[in-house]
Amino acid sequence: MTRRARLWVLTAGLLGTAALFAAACLRMPPFGGTWHPYGDRAVQAALLQRTANTVSSVNFDQRAFDTLGEESILFAAVLGTVVLLRRTSGERRVTPQPASVPPAVRRYAIAVLPLALLIGLYVVAHGQLSPGGGFQGGVVVATALHLLYVGVDYRALERVRPVGLYELADGVGEGAYVVLGAAGLLAGSAYLANILPLGTFNTLSSGGTVPLLNAAVGMEVASAVVVLLARFLAQALEIVDEKEEGRERGERRKRE
Amino acid sequence: MTVLPYLVAGWIFLAGVHGLATSRHLVHAVGCLAVTQSATYVLLLAVGYRRGGTAPVFSDTPPGTPVVDPVVQALALTDVVVGATVTALLLALVVQTRKRHGTVDPDELSGLKG
Repeated sequence: MTRRARLWVLTAGLLGTAALFAAACLRMPPFGGTWHPYGDRAVQAALLQRTANTVSSVNFDQRAFDTLGEESILFAAVLGTVVLLRRTSGERRVTPQPASVPPAVRRYAIAVLPLALLIGLYVVAHGQLSPGGGFQGGVVVATALHLLYVGVDYRALERVRPVGLYELADGVGEGAYVVLGAAGLLAGSAYLANILPLGTFNTLSSGGTVPLLNAAVGMEVASAVVVLLARFLAQALEIVDEKEEGRERGERRKRE
Repeated sequence: MTVLPYLVAGWIFLAGVHGLATSRHLVHAVGCLAVTQSATYVLLLAVGYRRGGTAPVFSDTPPGTPVVDPVVQALALTDVVVGATVTALLLALVVQTRKRHGTVDPDELSGLKG
């Protein structure tokens, strides 16, 4: 199909979708209304389970099985990326050279790193009480580690980041979620049922299995992000194509 | 205008699809897919909004306070996580496409290569 014909098909499709979508919007419940049947029931259920953060209660208690699926998507995507970004034939690994970093950036990154790490762990641990949880906190923890790359250099990052260990932790996090679900079966209840004592409302130990599942997810997400970034950084800094390298060298020689 | 937020979500979706279909660079196409997906965040949060409602977190608000719908917020969280990882996977595919075929223009990638 030529580009022009494709544009016409696209325009027709977009206009059709826009018309149908606009018609559907006109029949939706009005924006900002008070009728939220699922929301109201979710809030009631969360308060009964003594989980102050309703969103965490929905994710890790009421819809915990769906979150297992979500976690598995994350796991599969990381696995796919690891497989795709291997060193292929005709490529070789080089040692990245140390790079100089402006002292202000270095100072700031080193100062913020422990703070960011602590905030990440705090967000994971307080998922049942305040906005946050395993997914959000995990990303903060992984980002904190990469401040080393921004502030010092790649080799410093590599020293605190043995990728194999993080790959293992990724699998352990995913496995821990599955095992915690099976604990519900062993206790004579349903898979991923909240079987632990619910604790006192609005304390760190409230919510039953919610904080434990949050910890498992936090571990998985933090290691998943570390592994993902490690693969992309290796592609950018360590792995070079021998053909392309030869071509560049030839061009440089010609110029000289 | 009680339907404006929904229409905004639809507009973001269409803008993303338009970008996807007319893209001349695979990284741009992956970015457009992220835009398309972000329309679902806007739609979900618009569906869950309650006028005068606060965040559905009861650690510092007494139970019984009107709050926005927590179910759609949980769905938006799922959406963000899946979106981020799928973006990473697609970008990895782009890296390998560039290496194998030497181009990132989708129009030049029509030929089969054994």
